[in-house]
Formats: sequence, structure tokens, C-alpha cells
Amino acid sequence: MKDTDIKRLLYTHLLCIFSIILSIFIPSLFLENFSILETHLTWLCICSVCVTAVNLVLYLVVKPNASSRRSSLSYKVTRFLKCCIYFLMSCFSFHIIFVLYGAPLIELVLETFLFAVTLSTFTTVPCLCLLGPNIKAWLRVFSRNGVTSVWENSLQITTISSFVGTWLGAFPIPLDWERPWQVWPISCTLGATFGYVAGLVISPLWIYWNRKQLTYKNN
Amino acid sequence: MRLGSGTFAACCVVVEVLGVVLFLRGFFPAPVRSFSGTKHQAEPPAPEPSAGSTSNWTKLPPPLFSKVVIMLIDALRDDFVFGSKGVKFMPYTTYLVEKGASHSFVAEAKPPTVTMPRIKALMTGSLPGFIDVVRNLNSPALLEDNVIAQAKAAGKRIIFYGDETWMKLFPKHFVEYDGTTSYFVSDYTEVDENVTRHLDKALKRGDWDVLILHYLGLDHIGHVSGPSSPLIGRKLSEMDSILMKIHTSLLSEERETLLPNLLVLCGDHGMSETGSHGASSMEEVNTPLILISSAFERKPGDVRRPEHVQQTDLAATLAIGLGLPIPKNSVGSLLFPAIEGKPMREQLRFLHLNTVQLAKLLQETVPSYKKEPGFEQFKISERLHGNWIRLYLEENNSEVLFNLGTKVRKQYLDALKTLSLSLSRQVAQYDVYSMVVGTIVVLEVLTLLLLSIPQALSNKAELEVPLLSPVFSLLFYLTFLVLSAIHVIVCTSAESSCYFCSLSWLTAGGVMMLISALLCAVVSALTKVFVDGKLLSKNAAHSNAQWSELDLLILLGTVGHVLSLGASSFIEEEHQTWYFLVSTLCLALCHDIYRNCLLGDDCELQRSLHMEECFGSATPALQDKNAGSAVLELNRGCKGPPSLDALRGFEKWMVLASPWVILICCRLLRSLNQTGVQWAHRPDLGLWLASSDHKTALSVLAALSLVVIFTLVQRRCSLASKVAMALGLLGVYCYRAAIGNVLFPWQQDNKDISKGIIEARFVYVFVLGILFTGTKDLLKSQVIAADFTVKTVGLWEIYSGLVLLAALLSRPHNLPVLVLSLLIQTLMAKFVWKPLRHDAAEITVMHYWFGQAFFYFQGNSNNIATVDISAGFVGLDAYVEIPAMFLTAFATYAEPVLWASHLVSFLSSEASSSALSHACFCYALIRSFPVSAYIILVTSLRYHLFIWSVFSPKLLYEGMHLLITAAVCVFFTAMDQTNTKS
Repeated sequence: MKDTDIKRLLYTHLLCIFSIILSIFIPSLFLENFSILETHLTWLCICSVCVTAVNLVLYLVVKPNASSRRSSLSYKVTRFLKCCIYFLMSCFSFHIIFVLYGAPLIELVLETFLFAVTLSTFTTVPCLCLLGPNIKAWLRVFSRNGVTSVWENSLQITTISSFVGTWLGAFPIPLDWERPWQVWPISCTLGATFGYVAGLVISPLWIYWNRKQLTYKNN
Repeated sequence: MRLGSGTFAACCVVVEVLGVVLFLRGFFPAPVRSFSGTKHQAEPPAPEPSAGSTSNWTKLPPPLFSKVVIMLIDALRDDFVFGSKGVKFMPYTTYLVEKGASHSFVAEAKPPTVTMPRIKALMTGSLPGFIDVVRNLNSPALLEDNVIAQAKAAGKRIIFYGDETWMKLFPKHFVEYDGTTSYFVSDYTEVDENVTRHLDKALKRGDWDVLILHYLGLDHIGHVSGPSSPLIGRKLSEMDSILMKIHTSLLSEERETLLPNLLVLCGDHGMSETGSHGASSMEEVNTPLILISSAFERKPGDVRRPEHVQQTDLAATLAIGLGLPIPKNSVGSLLFPAIEGKPMREQLRFLHLNTVQLAKLLQETVPSYKKEPGFEQFKISERLHGNWIRLYLEENNSEVLFNLGTKVRKQYLDALKTLSLSLSRQVAQYDVYSMVVGTIVVLEVLTLLLLSIPQALSNKAELEVPLLSPVFSLLFYLTFLVLSAIHVIVCTSAESSCYFCSLSWLTAGGVMMLISALLCAVVSALTKVFVDGKLLSKNAAHSNAQWSELDLLILLGTVGHVLSLGASSFIEEEHQTWYFLVSTLCLALCHDIYRNCLLGDDCELQRSLHMEECFGSATPALQDKNAGSAVLELNRGCKGPPSLDALRGFEKWMVLASPWVILICCRLLRSLNQTGVQWAHRPDLGLWLASSDHKTALSVLAALSLVVIFTLVQRRCSLASKVAMALGLLGVYCYRAAIGNVLFPWQQDNKDISKGIIEARFVYVFVLGILFTGTKDLLKSQVIAADFTVKTVGLWEIYSGLVLLAALLSRPHNLPVLVLSLLIQTLMAKFVWKPLRHDAAEITVMHYWFGQAFFYFQGNSNNIATVDISAGFVGLDAYVEIPAMFLTAFATYAEPVLWASHLVSFLSSEASSSALSHACFCYALIRSFPVSAYIILVTSLRYHLFIWSVFSPKLLYEGMHLLITAAVCVFFTAMDQTNTKS
């Protein structure tokens, strides 16, 4: 049971990584002058759309929450709408947090907001897929010893590594190297992407190595 | 010997201060070349080179100018004269520059761009070391060979009017002088009038050879309102009219004498976009240098662009112009246009003199001088020159002679350029021995602190300090002997002067003893740790897993910050690091709070589990020496269930909201003062408020801030200090109104600007009064062992006294910083630390982080230029050294000190008895860690390009901060002692 879960996890994660790689290379076939650094905003949009789509598809196909009972259409619609609202809220709150961290308030609003959207797709979208719009479950997953399945464990790892990547991505900004990727928010988005990819790679491996020690309270 | 961990930490920090002082003395050596200045008379000037035949010109050439007037305008930036401002406000100067008989240059000043080192550079031609900035406030007489001393020795009569610094540098050199003090930054009319009022008389009298005028007004305007202030234009036109007066008077006098006169207009340093100076930006470094004399004729249509030269070049030029020997340590090269009009033989003679002087200096400073390209060029040109002289003396074919002469001249100019460049590149000699000794002391102290973490942070907060046994051990004596032997060997064989060797043998022996004793203590602590570690290795396995996210963040943040000090950009932008860390801390607290609030029951379950574990292993894991956090965590586990559920509705909401409020406050403060380098030019609220157009807004803000300060502080004080506080804050507003920063509602224009001495002293009385009541309460609680509240009230009173002093000293637009720091302290204390029950170590580190962030919120940076020296003159009539230094230091470090003092008051009123000594220990540790690491970093980076402009100022800041930490730790310990006694 666990081993098959881990295997499925690995495949889904590989797909996610693949989608990010596609988002880097495919658009240059259709768009002229496409590069990550120069047309950064376009890439951000494409990347977040790709990752969201892949996540949704995978969620529908893999169905990690097998226990979810059959429910009415209206319930599903409200749940979907709630998810959308949560996603928007997370975008705005990330934006606010970036500004509180020192991002310019008035200039570069679009850049900051798209960065917030990207970070939301890396963190909030998987959470919404897996846990649904349920804040308590989120808090449970992100506190110590709170995870109850392989999926939640991997979710915890990828989300935290995306955040850590973003956090570390801010460090090159004050350096005086004058490189194009030091401009706000490019280094942070790259950091977030690297963090997310690293999390996707690490989490199945980590769970696999520690599969003996990990015991989940199944409730 | 058993010591409380607080006392132990205080002792360690005090010893560390000694080590750092020794290191600083080694790192900033006193100029080595200075004592050669006295014997310059003995050496005859270099004779003209000659190949074979004899030249009889062995004396110094006669002066080129009969009278020299040096008009030095403080903080005159190059674009004030050559830019659009010059055209607009200095028409006469612009005319002279463009069409008159003058040569204009852009002279580059080397950092530190502060007045005294710049005066030294102008007059000696040498490059003063960085330590001159520190001595700026206490400038001793200049012993180095310089133009003024040479002129005096040659019997020239020198008159000086202007900045007092000159009189300190050249105490008995002027036949007539009048000094103006440079410390009333807000005064910018009287300082200059005091100079100009003598001018008419002096010009009419004409019984002098050199007249030096140093105008300070422009610099003061820059400090107060920046380079774009309308006052600058007015000041520039005033300076222009003075220049015109001097020039016309000199011209009219010239008809009577044979020789022409020289008028020099220069600046000592520039002015940054914020109006300060000290660093190395283009605006601060580039100054105009204009030589005006009827000797510099020019044909119409001869356009001369201002050439880029070094500031040090003036000394050599002046010496030649006055017919004096060039100062020995001058690294400058003659400004060639000044002698262009002379016959070829004289030109070559002057160039030769200059090259010989530079070559000699190179010989003295560089051991392998023969390989230097400049020296080779010098030899070649000297030979060519000799040949030319022979030709000149033998025959007189002017065409050939002229062509050959131009060649020689070119060769000389090249040699001069190369020599001057290689000399000014010479990095100051580091006194490595003193640096090493200082570093060893600091590192030993740090190791001792790190090794004693587990013991010091245990519940008893006591530790066994092995002091007696090492003193009688063999190791101690052996180390002492070896060190003394090394000392003797080093000091007898040293070529350059060494501070540590110049100390008396007794002192040096004392330091040696200290080092060996510390070494023995470290060794015994190490063995103890190993022995204990083996015993307890089993228990320790689980302790790592218990680190909370907050502890991890604190540890990573501290280590990351220390590592970041290795990069010059991170030092320049250190404020960003602290803002980032503080924001992250707030988010981590937020996470903590939300988890506790929303998932309270889960955690309780875990906590009870922890409790069992913690009672099971009563002795904490001792051998974990990485950080005390394991122990902290254990204490935390024992604290019992979180009390968040017990909170009522409003308080719970406040607990949930307070991290966000703090984050918003920090973001607001961030936009108040832009500091650092990369983003320093961005517009900020502070500049907007400080500009004269927004005086009303500033007044309202200042008044509001003072009211809020009162409401936040008064709660915990006694009635008497409440009244004193209110009156004191009122006095602060009156003081600011008196010196013209803010307005009273009934006072519409700011005509009468005074120095506000009465108002400031009025506030000082209340500060001292509040501090006195606080101390009295503390003593009372100690002597009669009275109830606990008396002591707490005393501590809060001392805290509020410090707040009042900070309110007085901080600039009016910085009052919101004070307000928000008080607000954040209140919020954190009430809604974060108390409900979440953080332990003393975590609270200490958070205080330290916030203190650091607020240090930069105040507008400070790791750059000497941002030190607000005007704070040192609040309420003082004249410059008094000790109070001025104390006040400046307090104003600079006001926020860290306030946070530390809040820590003492908070812990002694809330937490258990051992909390204070834990806090003291942590405070000492968290400060000495970056200091020690930085000392090692700076030593390894001492030949870095930015060592003078970035790393050295930071080193001074670190040293100063350590000194203040030592004072804080001693205060902590004193409080702790009273605590244990009562």
C-alpha cells in the first residue's frame, strides 16, 4: 500500500517537474524573443498555468483522497468556488507579505503580484487539491507530527522547500554584481521554482528512505 | 570558583573589549612616517642633476608668488562651481574659470572624506589613515612635515581665519588667527561672518605672506538641509562675492610688487545627496580646485577643461609656489599648469625636485623600490635632465634645447605620475603582532563562552569557573614562558613600530598572563565537556529533535548574518539583512501563535509528553555545545500548558493580530530612512519631513509622537516621574522649536533661531531626575530588601529616563522610530512573550534582533557619514569632549540600548530569578560571536579593495557596539546581584 503510494507520488512529481521544464522550452517555439529573464512575466504566467493544470489533472486522475464520499454537484461547485476564492486570497496575502518584507509598494505591482500568483501555484494549489478549503487541516499538516499520509508528507516538504527557496532567493538582491537576474522579483521567483522542484525531487526520496520510521495516524 | 552566568558573561565581555581594543590599535596603526618631520632642515635640497660639467644651482629656486591666499570652503562639491549651480550662483568664479587667468581642476579627495584628514592631505600631501576619522574630534598637532611648518620655518607670516581644527593642527604657526567652532551644525551665517569680518582689514594691511580662510557654512547647510536646499545658492553667492573681493584686492596690490599673487579656491571634501560626507561616493570625493593668478595668462579662446587631479597634489604645488621644500611625505605630484609659464630650465628644476622627493619616499617605504617602474623612469629622466643641463650650459641652440627639454619634461611628468600612483597605492602597514594578540584574546573568550553554554543556561544559572587550578598548573607557566619568549623575539626583531611592544613590560606581561589563564580555562572546560559528554551521550539523542522552528530560525539567522559579513555588499546593506530577519521572525511568531490558538489541544497533548521526558532526564543534555537551544527547549517543555485558551476575546484577537501590526510598523519604518549604499538615493519619508517646506507636517508628527511616547511610557512609573516625563517631553518640543526644526502653532515664521541651550538643559534636568529616582528605588530595594515592585518600578524608571534622553537627542523626523519601538515592545511583551511563554534566551535574542533592526531604522548604516554628530552638541555651549562623545554614542546606539534596557525591565518584572542571568549570558554570546568572526574576516580581507571604505568603518561600529554591550552586561549583572540579594 505504502510502496505503491510512494511510486505514484514519484510519478506525479516527475510530471510536475516535466511541466515546469516544458514551460521553459515550449513557449520559445511559439513566441519570439522568449527567455526567462527578459520576458519574465510571460514565463511566470505560463509556468503557473502549466503547474496548476498539471496539478488539477493529476488530482482528478490519481485521487489521493480515496475516502472522500460521493457528493452532490452543488457541493462540488461550491467547493470549487471556495477553492478559487482561497487561491485568490492566498495570492493577495502573499502580495501583502512581500510588501511587508520590503517589496516596493507602488512600483512593480504587476511583477510582485505575478510572483505572488506563482508562489501560490507552487504552494496553495497542491494544498487545495489535497486538503480542500479547510484551514484547520492546513495548519495540522504544517505543524510538527501533524501529517497523516504519504501525500500530506510530500505536500509539507514541497511547500516548505518552495518557501525556503523563495526566502533564500532574496539574498542575492543586495549584492553588487549587477546581473539581470538580481532584479526584483526574478531571483525570488527563480528561488521559488528551484525550491519547488527540489521539494518535488526530495520528498519521494525522503519518504522512501524513512518509510520504516514513518507511521501515520490514520483517522 | 562558582560564578553566576551573568557575572561570568560580563567578565568575558569586558576581557573581550580589551582584546578588541588591542586588535583595533594594531589594525589602525598610527602613521609611522610622522617622526621624520623634525630633521628636514638638515638635508639640503637636491641639486640640479648634471652630467660631467658643473651646475651651480644647488639652492632652492625662488618663490613664484609673493602672496598666497587659500580660500577653503568646507564641503564644496565640484558641481557647485563647475556645474549649473556655479553658473547661476557664482558668476565671478565662473568667469575666472572660463575666461580669466586661472587653472581649474577637479581634485579627488581620498576617503575618509572628513575635514581633518582632508586638511592634513592638503597641507602634507600624504594620505592620512582611517584612524584620523576617530581622531577627528580630538585632533592633535600635526607632526608630519607640511607646507605650513615649512613656510613658518622660512619666515613667512601666515594668517588664518576659520575652522578651529587648523589651530589644533598647527598650534603656533599663525601670526594671527581667529577660530570658529565647527560643531554648531545649525549655525551657518555666524561661522562665516566671523571669518569675513577680518578680511577687509587683513587685505588692506598686507603684512602677511599666506592667508588661509576656511569657511564652514556650506558644510553646515549640507548637514542640516542637504545639497538641494535653497540656502546653498545663497551661500554660494556669498562665497562668490568674497572671492571677488579678495581677487580684486590682490590684483590692485600686484602693481606695487614684482611677483604675482596666487589665490587658491578649493574644497576639502564634497557632499552626498543627503548632505553628509565621510564615504567615497562621487559626490563626496570630487572637489573643485582653482588656482587664480595673473601669472597664468591665457589667450582669448583658450578653453581649459577642469582636469582630474589628486587633492594631495596641492601641497607640492604650494611648496614650489612659495619656494619651499616639498613636504617629505607628500605623495602628490606638482600641478604642472601652474609652472607652465616659466622658462624651461626652471620647469625642469621644479619637476626634478618633486621627483627626487617622491623617489626618496618610495625608497623609505618600499623595500624593493628598485624594481618599481616609477623609480626606473625617475633614473632615466634624471640622466636625460643632466644631459640637457650640459647642453644648456655649453651651447645655446634654442630650437634643439627646447625640443630636448620638452622630451625631458614629458619623461618627468610620466615618472611623477607613476611614482605618485604607486605611493598612494601603498597600503598602510598593519601591526600584525598586536592584531594577533587581540584576536587570540577574543577567540579564547568566545570559546570559553561557547563551551559554557550548557552549564550557564541550566536552571541554576551558575557555573564552575576553573580559575585557581589553572593558575597553579604547569600548562599555565609553560604557556606564559613561551609567550614571553615570543614577545621578546618579536619585539627585538621588529622593523616597524608595534603598539604591543611599545607597552610597558608589566602591561604586556599582564596580557600574556591573561592569555595563558584563558587558555587553561578553555582546556579545562573542554575536558569537562568531553567527560560529561561521554556520560550523557545517550540522553542527548532526542534533544535535537525538539528544537522548535523559532530556535532553528534564531540559530540560522545568527549564523547566516555572521557569514554575510564576509561580503562587502552585505555590510553596506546590512540593514536589509536585519529587516529580513525581523520580518521572518514575525512570521515565525505568527505561525507559532496560530498553531497554539487553533490547534491548542493537539499541542497540549504533545507538551504533556514532553513534560514526562523532561522530568525523566532532570539534568539537561550537557554536551550539546552547538547552542543552548536544546536546553532552552527542555525548559520550554516544562513550562506547562499554553495559556492562550484562557485569554478573553479581545486579548486573543490582539495576540492574533500583533505580529501583523509589528510587521506593518517595521514596513513603515523602513520607508522612513533609506540607508546603505545601493538604495540610499531613493526618496524617503525622513527627507521629505526634514525639508523646510513640510515643517508643519513635521511639527504635527513630532508633537503626536511625543504624546504617544508619554502614554506608552508613563504606565509603569511613579507619579513623580510621570510628571517629570511629561515636562521633559514638553521640553523636547520646545528645544526643537527653539533650534528651528519644528514650529509652535502660534509662531508662524522662524526668525529667531537659537541654540536652544536652556531648553535642552531643562530636559537634561528631568532626565537626570528620573534616572536618579530609578537608581534610588533600586538601591532601596537592595538595602532594605523591600518588596519586589519597588525594584521593578526603579528599572522602568531608568528605562523611561533613557527614552526621554533618546527623544531629546534623536532628530525630529526620527521620533516615530522611537514611538514605534516603544509600541512594538509593549505589544511583544503583552501579547507575544507573556502568553506564549518564551524563555529568557529566546526573548533576549529577539530583543537583540529588534535592537539591530531599529539601529538601522534610525537611519544609521555601516558608514561613518551617518553618525549624527549634531546630537553631541545638544545643550552644550561649546565643544566639551567627554559629554559630546557620550551623547553622540548614545544617540547612535539609542535603539539597541533601549531594547536591552527593556529586556532587563521586562525580565525582572515577569520572569523567574535565573532569567536575568540567562539573558545576560545570551546577550554577551550573541554579540561576541559576530565580533570575533568579523575580526577574523577583516584580518583575512585586509588587502581587499574596500577595506578602508567598507570593512574598517564596520569594524569601528562593531568595536563600539561591543563596548556598549559590555556596559549593558555589567548593568544586567548589577541588577542580577540585587535580585539575588533581595
